[in-house]
Amino acid sequence: MTAFLVVLVIILFGVAVMQMGKIFEMSRPATNTSEIANDKDNNTQGWLMLAMVLFIYALSAFSFYEWGDVLLPVSASEHGLQTDQLFLISMIIIFVVGIITQWLLHYFAFKYRGQKKQKALFYADNDRLEFIWTIIPVIVLAGLIIYGLFTWSDIMNVDADEDPLVIELYAYQFDWRARYSGDDNTLGEANVRLIEGVNQLGVDASDPYAQDDKIVNELHLPKGRKVLFKMRSQDVLHSAYMPHFRAQMNCVPGMITQFAFTPNMTTADMRADPEMKEKVAKINKIRTENNLALAVEGKELLEMYEFDYLLLCNKICGTSHYNMQMKIIVEEEEDFNKWIAEQPTLATVLKQ
Amino acid sequence: MSAHAEAHAVDHHDDHGHHHKETFITKYLFSQDHKMISKQYLITGLFMGIIGIAMSILFRLQLAWPEEPFTVLEIFLGKWAEGGVMDPSVYLALVTIHGTIMVFFVLTAGLSGTFSNLLIPLQIGARDMASGFLNMISYWLFFLSSVIMVMSLFVEAGPASAGWTIYPPLSALPQAIPGSGTGMTLWLVSMAIFIASSLLGSLNYIVTVLNLRTKGMSMTRLPLTIWAFFVTAIIGVVSFPVLLSAALMLIMDRSFGTSFFLSDIYIAGEVLHNQGGSPVLFEHLFWFLGHPEVYIVLLPALGITSEVIATNARKPIFGYRAMVASILAIAFLSTIVWGHHMFISGMNPFLGSVFTFTTLLIAIPSAVKAFNYITTLWKGNLQMNPAMLFSIALVSTFITGGLTGIILGDSALDINVHDTYFVVAHFHLVMGISALYGLFAGVYHWFPKMFQARMMNKNLGYVHFWITAVGAYGVFFPMHFIGMAGLPRRYYTNTAFPYFDDLADVNVVITIFAIITAAAQLIFLYNFIHSMFYGKKGPKNPWKSNTLEWTAEVKHIHGNWDGPIPHVHRWAYDYSKMNKDESDYVIPGQDFVPQHIPLQANEEEMNH
Repeated sequence: MTAFLVVLVIILFGVAVMQMGKIFEMSRPATNTSEIANDKDNNTQGWLMLAMVLFIYALSAFSFYEWGDVLLPVSASEHGLQTDQLFLISMIIIFVVGIITQWLLHYFAFKYRGQKKQKALFYADNDRLEFIWTIIPVIVLAGLIIYGLFTWSDIMNVDADEDPLVIELYAYQFDWRARYSGDDNTLGEANVRLIEGVNQLGVDASDPYAQDDKIVNELHLPKGRKVLFKMRSQDVLHSAYMPHFRAQMNCVPGMITQFAFTPNMTTADMRADPEMKEKVAKINKIRTENNLALAVEGKELLEMYEFDYLLLCNKICGTSHYNMQMKIIVEEEEDFNKWIAEQPTLATVLKQ
Repeated sequence: MSAHAEAHAVDHHDDHGHHHKETFITKYLFSQDHKMISKQYLITGLFMGIIGIAMSILFRLQLAWPEEPFTVLEIFLGKWAEGGVMDPSVYLALVTIHGTIMVFFVLTAGLSGTFSNLLIPLQIGARDMASGFLNMISYWLFFLSSVIMVMSLFVEAGPASAGWTIYPPLSALPQAIPGSGTGMTLWLVSMAIFIASSLLGSLNYIVTVLNLRTKGMSMTRLPLTIWAFFVTAIIGVVSFPVLLSAALMLIMDRSFGTSFFLSDIYIAGEVLHNQGGSPVLFEHLFWFLGHPEVYIVLLPALGITSEVIATNARKPIFGYRAMVASILAIAFLSTIVWGHHMFISGMNPFLGSVFTFTTLLIAIPSAVKAFNYITTLWKGNLQMNPAMLFSIALVSTFITGGLTGIILGDSALDINVHDTYFVVAHFHLVMGISALYGLFAGVYHWFPKMFQARMMNKNLGYVHFWITAVGAYGVFFPMHFIGMAGLPRRYYTNTAFPYFDDLADVNVVITIFAIITAAAQLIFLYNFIHSMFYGKKGPKNPWKSNTLEWTAEVKHIHGNWDGPIPHVHRWAYDYSKMNKDESDYVIPGQDFVPQHIPLQANEEEMNH
């Protein structure tokens, strides 16, 4: 009720102001041109346009200088090197085109700022010019499209001859599980209708392929072997995003999606990468500084950070979407084999 | 009804508009006059815009200073921000409603609704829309849908929180997120009404442009604004019904147990009965509208820019026919590129290839438009009115945002930047900021037409422009970097990942720019409201423009022109045209020739 009264008072006040305005109105001259840009405005605004393009350049340069180091490190997967190359080429094109066109736009805005005595040129069309700036994007884009499509089909078409390691990524609110396909390298059938007790992933216990499957909550990958991920979701859409491997695929309830890549750097290799070392040092410096503040407030301190590959959820999936993650460890083949041998098979787990 | 409208229109055509006695209700509320309806659209749109932008500031506070208490959060969010710390679920609600409001309510209805209504009849020389009644219904449906959307903010479990794309199953299952209860129901109802409103509006625009052009106004003499509104309306009619069907199916899945989009779901400890549906189907249906929607938002802004740039450059728009062809090409391509939102949705990779191809093609007409704008500035006599500044800035953000589209449209590259802040930066620049600039350009330019020759204060306009232009780049340029660092969007906080700790200061920079930019919009609001009542009255044709709206009466009368409707004898861009012997302008001492002026004796006729 109070709120209603407040609104009513505001409305009535508004009406009163309007009425007063109308009274003032009667004593004003009919028309004036003071709100139309004059030569002085044109001059000031023209110069500011020139400043604007310089601002855009300066902002770009500053961003690269200041934040160039936050970008993702070198790709840890084989196809990622290809996509990074394509990314770089596209970026160079973008920057060249951007720098030139922004300059022309703002410089013309500055150079041809209006003056009383200046005459604009009546220049309505020119087929040759139109042709030139249609054909140049056509050629450049044709190149990019072809390059992009080859890269895309390389990534997406998984050759069975390569004998990829098959792993299921299983997403649910708000965590991940990985299911290794075991010695037969074939995943057992699974369906959410079979979820019961410890069988969290709804694997069909009667399927012979399922017996040697191994379910874990930390993803280990062997370096140098192609890994084929089969993705499933239990409830809503999720997206398995592994930025360091330039890999991402949605997990869709009701269907199995897939993505494959070959890791080419172990976790240890990446930790030893000079760029990564610098980044980790910077992060730890930030954390140390934050800890000083936290210590004063008597709160729990942050742990020091050590790099690990990450699997993140990258499709809005609910309240805790922001913390749906799994650690990925890439190791040499023998270490991987040792680790996987230690994991219990599904058959043993279900028997217990 | 239609027969009546036609008869009405015909007799208006040749005759003076007859004046009815207007009551307060027929003039300000249930008005059938396109000028009043356009103002209603604008003011409703601006009101929704205030809500949408305010929400963005709230969640930007959380992103820059995660889990810090802010009194302002407690004031606005109440129980969702106990002690001033934002709750994770309300964060998602804020981004969802921010997106919905800005895309649909501000940039679709507020921009296209306002200026299509204002300019179509005035610029083609018509007394009103083909059906004033439908036009009125269209506005009131929009108003109703706005009211329902705002109401949904106050329901017990919170408004829709599944992202503005409302992908099921998240949006279908209240067990998955609280916002998918009543909040989502209201969202869907509101959008269904919104779509009805948009369709009624669009059909009216199409019919009006096709049938009610004044004598001499051939399609190739239409100002580019009208071309843009016309084509936008066509895209809307083609794609909005598809969203309606998606919304209806989602309503069925939610309330009547169907399985269009749901299958094999285990949630909250039980298996759902749904079987055989596919969330990917929803994504197809959603983006079949969702992508054309980008152009529904952008084309009117580009149309406004074309008109404003030509007028203020005192030059014809360069390559009129190429501009029309690009609008048509963009419109056509926009309906066959939706799959680029779904490269990694699990759809067949071959489809990804096809959509990469069509998507990158759309860069060609876009590039042509950008080059044509730049050439229009070349050797002009630029009048730096606030509308002109916003138009130039639109071209700038359109280029910057459009170029990063080359990355996102390329399926191979999209894998790694999909759903990161890189996408957020891209679309905010290319459609959000650009379209908002178009809206501002339109408001500054046609304010005198809307409010009976009153003009907005230019100095406040300049201040508003420069803070906005610098601020918008300050917000969205650094955002590309955190996207390329691999930071996913729609995260309540990034502190769960120590790996992203070094992005915290970028987020602070972005938020500070966002707050400053949002504050600058208050200058605009003040200027807008103040000028509505106290603005200085300028001349009848303040920008010395060629288009017909400036020949109409300053005082708003039903029927627009007191006398007969002017006939058109030329295109809209005879700025600075010289006479045959190049000694002076066609009309001596006047650098423009309005469309209703017949061909002069010493003038060369051109076919543009």
